[in-house]
Amino acid sequence: MKILSIVDTAYRATLEEQDDTILWLNHALRNNGAEVSILLSGNAVNYAVRGQDAAGLAFGDRRVAHPPRLDEDLARLIAAKVAVFAVEEDIRERALPADSLVAGIEKLSRAGIPEAIERFDQVWRW
Amino acid sequence: MARFVFVESRDPYECADCARFLDLVAGVRRRSHEVTLFLVQNAVLAAREGASHAGGYSELARAGVAVVADAFALRERAVDRLASGIEPSGVDRLVSLALTPQTRVIWH
Amino acid sequence: MTIGKSLTVAIMDPPYESATTATALRIIDAALRQAQVVTVFAYEGAVSMTMKAQQPHANPVKGTTVEQEEHPTTKDWIAGLFALARQTGAKLDWINCGLCVDERGAGETIDGPRRGSPKDFFEAVKLSDGVIVIPTH
Repeated sequence: MKILSIVDTAYRATLEEQDDTILWLNHALRNNGAEVSILLSGNAVNYAVRGQDAAGLAFGDRRVAHPPRLDEDLARLIAAKVAVFAVEEDIRERALPADSLVAGIEKLSRAGIPEAIERFDQVWRW
Repeated sequence: MARFVFVESRDPYECADCARFLDLVAGVRRRSHEVTLFLVQNAVLAAREGASHAGGYSELARAGVAVVADAFALRERAVDRLASGIEPSGVDRLVSLALTPQTRVIWH
Repeated sequence: MTIGKSLTVAIMDPPYESATTATALRIIDAALRQAQVVTVFAYEGAVSMTMKAQQPHANPVKGTTVEQEEHPTTKDWIAGLFALARQTGAKLDWINCGLCVDERGAGETIDGPRRGSPKDFFEAVKLSDGVIVIPTH
């Protein structure tokens, strides 16, 4: 079963979770044998930018010791052989610097999505 | 030919990418698949006859997409008259569609 | 009921925060009347839907008492779904994501739901005729 998870909500609870919960969930599914691919769309394409830095947060004297490192999480997914796509137009509209993107992310045009989703048995938006 | 059920829960008055979701629905339909667009929650606000965004749904219906609006959501919002091409139904139909073999359900 | 059919539903929204909760429960209700097995994977805030400590309240704006208000709690609605399953002979497997439960302190639930993980979700998906993933925003 081929699964495509579409992620378009970004930075939702990532600080208290220390992860993006959907990237995390899909990595967990992969670890359990799921043949999962990810499509970043909308604001979630920003996860592909290297150098995101959420360090230094504290509430009173309670420091956030392990801030999320979403670009590294994407790189780990790619290293685990999860195909990660990102919508080309969303990257362009947000002026993501091309030389700062996580290596291994494949761009997909919006026009190409209808054909692309045919390859998957399940297409889930999170 | 495959089966797709797109569920739209958001309305185009508040959601910036609702139009893109409808483009996706249209794009899948153009590839000759069997497509249903099921409107729930505030998405039905744009299904009212004369609503400024109703045209998007009606256009999909003309293209052969089955456009269905959740009857409960319609009643909850006092939407009495629907734009052309939209039919009311219950979530039991959504479940029935989801249980049809090889159907992908994609929720926005 | 369609003999042998199974549906998996994944939900994420916490109760009392969006229209999605009621829609999801309506879908599960409809599914229990059509399918033999309905698996619900409650992820993130949705794990709060089954919290035993939920309590109804009075409504001072409407001037109603607790009894008059009959304020819904999602745990009661879900208890109703378990009762429906017993009535129709369907199996309702309600799985709360364990890590989500822990971080929210939502471990005390009504009877019926169980603690699980993404592995359980995937196992259910593999066996299901249909899957509905309801996202959050």
